[in-house]
Amino acid sequence: MAELSAQASHAAANSRTRTMSEGLFGWLLVGPAMLFIAVIVAWPLAETIRLSFMDAGLGGEKFVGLENYQDLADSRRFHQTIVRTFYWMFLSVALKLVLGLIGATLLNAAVPGRALFRVLVMPPWVIPIAIGCIGWLWLYNGYFGVLSGVLMKLGITDGPFEFLAYKTSAFYSAIVTDVWVGTPMVTLFFLAAMQGVSRDLYEAAWVDGAGRWYRFRRITIPQIMPVIVSMALLSAIFTFNSFEIIWILTEGGPRGATTTMIIDTYKVAIGNYKFGEGAARAVIIVILLALFSLVYLFFLNKVNKRYGAK
Amino acid sequence: MMDRYTKLQLVGIYAAVAVFLIFMLLPFFEMFMASLRPLEHLFRSPYQFWSDDFSFQAYKDMWVTVPLLGRYIFNSIFIACSVTGITMIFVVPAAYAYARLEFPFKNMSLAIFLGVNMFTGAVLLIPLYRVLRTMGLLNTYWAMIVPGVAFLIPTGIWLLRSYLEKIPRELEEAAFVDGASRMYTLRRVVLPLAVPGLIVVSVAVFIGAYAQQFLFAITFNQTRELQPLPAGLYEFIGYQSVTWNEMMAAALIGVLPVMVIFLFLQKYLVAGLTAGAVKE
Repeated sequence: MAELSAQASHAAANSRTRTMSEGLFGWLLVGPAMLFIAVIVAWPLAETIRLSFMDAGLGGEKFVGLENYQDLADSRRFHQTIVRTFYWMFLSVALKLVLGLIGATLLNAAVPGRALFRVLVMPPWVIPIAIGCIGWLWLYNGYFGVLSGVLMKLGITDGPFEFLAYKTSAFYSAIVTDVWVGTPMVTLFFLAAMQGVSRDLYEAAWVDGAGRWYRFRRITIPQIMPVIVSMALLSAIFTFNSFEIIWILTEGGPRGATTTMIIDTYKVAIGNYKFGEGAARAVIIVILLALFSLVYLFFLNKVNKRYGAK
Repeated sequence: MMDRYTKLQLVGIYAAVAVFLIFMLLPFFEMFMASLRPLEHLFRSPYQFWSDDFSFQAYKDMWVTVPLLGRYIFNSIFIACSVTGITMIFVVPAAYAYARLEFPFKNMSLAIFLGVNMFTGAVLLIPLYRVLRTMGLLNTYWAMIVPGVAFLIPTGIWLLRSYLEKIPRELEEAAFVDGASRMYTLRRVVLPLAVPGLIVVSVAVFIGAYAQQFLFAITFNQTRELQPLPAGLYEFIGYQSVTWNEMMAAALIGVLPVMVIFLFLQKYLVAGLTAGAVKE
């Protein structure tokens, strides 16, 4: 009895909040998060846009209109940076998706030891990116890194090969490290998706005599397609914005070979205190990423319709 | 049956897994090998895979060379835990609202959250620096926690929302009919049911907060005692004579606590991803 009356009084005490409209309650719940984002992301973004029209540095600010943008439009080096950034993104994401798919398929195979394999895939993902990069820094070293050592032993190179010292090799080395950092997450999401595919589908196909490759192509891929496309967008954004890996390995060098737009922006704004010019670069990054995402989401919609996802 | 492999297939699978895992673990192996070599041996050329003078001396000396190592390890975990806790406080109510309630500008505000996913701190550093300076947060733990929370809130909302959507509505409606308030229902009915989802999302947020402390730390914090592990160690790598073997030892020991935790959590993680990500 006492319990019942306690419940009743509890309900009565709450009757005021009960009548609160759903709309108000919704905003009460979303509001704090929204406010946080507004102060820490939206306001700095607005400031960045304002700064991009300024000649700003440590000495103060002066309005210069579109001058910063004009300079970038005229700069051949900046055009190269844009092209390099997209090349960096497409290549790295493609490798992450392919490796993730292969990795997830392997980890999904019903062989003894797969629980252990799943654990061993995770380390690159769950350590600070910068720490992993220290390991790669060592691997790429010509004199004491194992990669160069093996190349020498095999007689492929005569002497020590410094992976990060040449333009081409530095770029692809940075890609390899970026792929290394990004692959575990992609693999685990694909693996999770593969485990969600109904076994009935495979069994039906198997009864009909479909081989493994056929089942992979005609069942697994279409079934996990929604996860593939959303992971592709997510890792495209991560890769485009990737900062720490390049910064620790090469700081954008040698001679700009690994300078992506993020590195360029950071160097100009933080390294050279050219806040206005840096801000203009930041705005262009935001616009390009927004455009890319919109185009991508447009295609995502089509894919989802085709594969019957919601 | 369907899952049976021939001997040849098994060999192929294991070989492929081995190649894949070698790629994933090679840097760790290399760091471990480097940590075992005495410093004067490290720079010996030509490259030698094996040497006779391997020792664990670096694991002793590193505490002297990097006197704040213990502090760095603690800071890293402390910052990541704080970010996770604070992020979840913001994420849980918001994700619930997006999963269950109808309110004005719902889709628009959700789109704004997801749009934040496109940014990284790196493009907003200067204004962010000024905001943090105005709030007086520079060179404190908050300088690294606050931006971390802001950039992880959207991911958290996105993940948790899809999880909450799978909890049957009937339970809440029953509680509501019985006279429970909205807040009471959220706290006593929804949250207990959402525990597995909360764990997965917290773990995902923690990984994000733990893996990406470097940039905010080197930009917003000059206080050495507060640096997280990656920023603390990076400082030593800039020096003229780097004691690489000790750096490698310190890096490996530094990430060990979190690795061990993940060994225990990984089961939940994969299971949770399965439940949360599949239908998305």
